[in-house]
Amino acid sequence: MNPREEKKEAAGVLTKDDITNVIPPKERLQKGSVAIIECVERIPCDPCKEACPLGAISKKSLIEPPRIDWNRCNGCGACLSVCPGLAIFLIDLSLPGGKGLVTMPYELLPVPKVEEEVYALDRRGKPLSKGQIVKTRMSKDKTTVVTVAVDEKIALDVRNIGRTAK
Amino acid sequence: MDPWLRSHPIIDFESNRGKLIHFLYEGKRVKAYEGQTIAAALLASGIKTLHYSNKYQRPRGFFCAIGKCSSCLMRVDGVPNVKTCVEPVTDGMIVECQMGKGEISIASEVKVQNCRIETDVAIVGAGPAGLSAAMTASQLGLDVVVIDENPIAGGQLIKQTHKFFGSVKNQAGIRGTEIAKLLVRQLKDMEAEMITGASVIGSYEGGKTLVAVQNNYALKEIHPKKIIVATGSRENFLVFPNNDLPGVCGAGGVQTLVNVYGIKPGENALIVGSGNVGLILGYQLLQAGINVKAVVEAMPRIGGYLVHASKLRRMGVPILTAHTIKRAIGKDCVEGATLIALDEEGKPAEGTEQDVEVDLICLAVGLTPSSELLFQAGCKWTYLPELGGYVAIHSRDLETTKKGVYVAGDASGIEEADTAMMEGKIAGADAAIKLGVAARKTEKIKIEDRKELDLLRASPFSERVKIGKQRVWTLMEDYE
Repeated sequence: MNPREEKKEAAGVLTKDDITNVIPPKERLQKGSVAIIECVERIPCDPCKEACPLGAISKKSLIEPPRIDWNRCNGCGACLSVCPGLAIFLIDLSLPGGKGLVTMPYELLPVPKVEEEVYALDRRGKPLSKGQIVKTRMSKDKTTVVTVAVDEKIALDVRNIGRTAK
Repeated sequence: MDPWLRSHPIIDFESNRGKLIHFLYEGKRVKAYEGQTIAAALLASGIKTLHYSNKYQRPRGFFCAIGKCSSCLMRVDGVPNVKTCVEPVTDGMIVECQMGKGEISIASEVKVQNCRIETDVAIVGAGPAGLSAAMTASQLGLDVVVIDENPIAGGQLIKQTHKFFGSVKNQAGIRGTEIAKLLVRQLKDMEAEMITGASVIGSYEGGKTLVAVQNNYALKEIHPKKIIVATGSRENFLVFPNNDLPGVCGAGGVQTLVNVYGIKPGENALIVGSGNVGLILGYQLLQAGINVKAVVEAMPRIGGYLVHASKLRRMGVPILTAHTIKRAIGKDCVEGATLIALDEEGKPAEGTEQDVEVDLICLAVGLTPSSELLFQAGCKWTYLPELGGYVAIHSRDLETTKKGVYVAGDASGIEEADTAMMEGKIAGADAAIKLGVAARKTEKIKIEDRKELDLLRASPFSERVKIGKQRVWTLMEDYE
């Protein structure tokens, strides 16, 4: 039984309020890479907290959603590939030229290649625009960490990459 | 469609496949790899019908993959009713489709080997609960025998390619497949005896003796001082027309094919049920290159974790809440499904039907504890919907009303793998205490594990389970 009451059409997607709570203030986003933890339910889990080398992630108890101190977080991404829910992303809006970087866990084949052109998808899998892969990192446990450059206006909504038009 | 998974983002199937062998199916030569089960190899060769039902001769296919349903019974080397989903295939084997009930040929000679095993603790089931119980008991210096009817130890862990929730000190963040390997290796190092491919078919003398059959011929009589029943659960079925068509499979069964044997059972899938099992399966199918047309959920909201649902949504998979499957479409196997919306009272809303073209329908509509051995041992039991059905009444330390007989994991009430592991540890520790092993130290370990289990159950997702467990514990106190 899911304790979250959600509108049908939003099933499986963060609500607007949830999004407001998980996104750091604009000033922080413009300073550089920062982690966004899209984990809002009370479920037993703690790898993100254990992985953070700066102690920026805290949990009141095993089941409370993680809280992140965005001023302490330097966007290193150590939490990103350990999250069992694949719910952590990095956003960097400090770049000149109107580009934003979104870093996400990616567990599909083929492994994306740097410079590859992809579709930038939102939380519902809808393509928002095209984007370009700028960095990939294979973690020890086979979760690839992918950074895609997109228009900074949509960076806060990009949560996946698509390889084919669908 | 190439049914063999040549590449996969998490598992390397190609370089780990066994030797190429061949067997005969209805006189035809079929390719297989050593280490696979008969049913898996047949599916990979496009053979979906394994059996015909007794009364109406309807085709039956693969369903559970863990030897708990009767959908895959076939005649193998002349022996009927072989559970081909757990029977490893061998070179030159003769496999035949079975019509209805099988008949044992009087002329066939079965060579039975008897063996008697004495041990401190016998554990039935090598899943997360059983392996954890075995670990704790072995670490405390007890002689341990673990028996499992599947060819590979690890229970459902061996097909869980995702990273586990829970706490890091108890394996969170590690993929289920890796946890299984780790536990099995550690048990081997501690010289615990692992008997796979053996079904425990009976518990006698109030659970004091177990009888197991290995590979259909070796009879094992096991005399343990303590028994831990960690037999897990079986998948629930759902009533709809054509629900018995080959291609309607249990979620766990599909996970076995895809993630253990590297075989694609279809190209386009429908998942019924949005609990964590259904959601995780959806993601795993996408990883294997199988389209997921939709996940349907009868309740007005998603059953599992939002993070699991979000993974599917951002990959473009619709999750249709307040929807169910009206019927499966197809003659000899699944060719499609009709979906229907449910109104506010949960009744099908006529006129909202839509057909989807799928060749695989995965049922992820809950689980039922496998309690049979406990009933046979004479344990008192009760029906608790919060725990998934009939369960043996047990204490907080997982001991049943039969002294020395324990239950742990899904068999004690349907939960998650992380809670199953904690229950296994507690049962193992309690058994050790009662056998007089380092009682004070062990008591401390047990109390720590109980605290950890309470922490895992503090989530709102465990609300119902907590109610069920409280009832079971109260019944146990009343009994005592």
